[in-house]
Amino acid sequence: MAINVFSDLQPKDILFLGEAALRTVEISILSITCGSLIGVVFGWLMSLGNKLIAFLVNAILDIFRSVPLIIQLILFDSFISILGYPLPAFVSGTIILSVYTAALVANVARGGIESVPIGLRRASRSLGMSYWQDLFYVVWPVGLRSVFPSWVGIALSVVKDSALVSVIGYIELLKASQILITRTQDTFVILAIVGFFYFLLSYPISKASEYIEKRWQQ
Amino acid sequence: MDYEFLWRPVFQALPQLLKASLVTIEVSILSMVIGSVIALFLFFARNAKYFMFRFLASVWIEVARNTPALFQLFFFKFGLGAIGIIIDSYITVVMALAFNTAGYMAETFRGGFNAVPSSQLNSARSLGMSFVQSQIYVVIPQVLKAVWHPMSNQFIWVMLMSSLGMLVGLRELSGETQFLYSKTFRAFEFFFVAAVIYYCIAKITLAIFRLIGWRLFRGNR
Repeated sequence: MAINVFSDLQPKDILFLGEAALRTVEISILSITCGSLIGVVFGWLMSLGNKLIAFLVNAILDIFRSVPLIIQLILFDSFISILGYPLPAFVSGTIILSVYTAALVANVARGGIESVPIGLRRASRSLGMSYWQDLFYVVWPVGLRSVFPSWVGIALSVVKDSALVSVIGYIELLKASQILITRTQDTFVILAIVGFFYFLLSYPISKASEYIEKRWQQ
Repeated sequence: MDYEFLWRPVFQALPQLLKASLVTIEVSILSMVIGSVIALFLFFARNAKYFMFRFLASVWIEVARNTPALFQLFFFKFGLGAIGIIIDSYITVVMALAFNTAGYMAETFRGGFNAVPSSQLNSARSLGMSFVQSQIYVVIPQVLKAVWHPMSNQFIWVMLMSSLGMLVGLRELSGETQFLYSKTFRAFEFFFVAAVIYYCIAKITLAIFRLIGWRLFRGNR
């Protein structure tokens, strides 16, 4: 008598994948938001003109750009366990993804801030704006807009890199697909669905960003 | 904190780790070279006369750029495995990374070729060079200069992403670290040393790229 160990793909499995997809979106949005905010602050610190601060910030952020994300995740996860405060996979995943995003965003933000002509900044100051007013009303709109396409590129790469959070046990889309594959053995179909979903998430945004970039150049 | 750091097993395993990092470097160079060559073909295919070439190249580029590298790796390993094509982990990782790199580099090359004025090609042709000659001797050296910096970034990226090999059982630096960790249960110590090695490889690679770039392009700045 043959025992059927594997069960076929069922409608509720698609729902399972859908939930996992939402978790991918959730962790991505959270990390991109936090990471971008931190990254802009670091970018601003580097653009101040103080060589020592710029060097230190850059050196620290460079570590996160030069070590594989997967190693960072495992390292952080085991480190907080050593300290005695193990965090849920979602939280530690978000923290590392945010820091990673910040490391990437900082350089872009710095480039954006430095791309604003010094004359423009002097002009706004001489009109009586304070330093912060100049930063928020003149530098940000002009400078950050010029690096918007690069920022979208980083955000999309974070969405894709969020697949790596599965190594510390967060069940996002790719991990969910692995679970389903183990049960159903329908490897090809499930991987195709998952790939299609990632594509659907990323492709429209990248095309929209290209379109916006072209329009701003005109 | 009642955790005792034990570094001895890590230092004893250091030769193994360094040997594994050679695999990492090997995989990265192989993927980068294969990926860049394919990228060049993809770039030309994208501007080809035949719709089929243009279509296939676009599909390759968009899929490579818009899905996670880990997904691509799983696809080559488990997806192809499911339809009976079982490939060695080493080759799978090279395939996945080359596939991914080709997509990204094709876009980089597009920027690079756009940076070379079309008059360069026209004048080379009018001097009697064939299309292939003028590409090889006139256009591509200039493209290379324009894409050198993005190319070094891409190489670092490939090197970091080769760490995904540990998820399909390749014993490169991460895979070896994982293996040693499972023998000793010293997660933090082992992965910390691995991180340091990765950092060093990244910095050395960048320095080598700068040096070569400086040697290659110092004449025509």
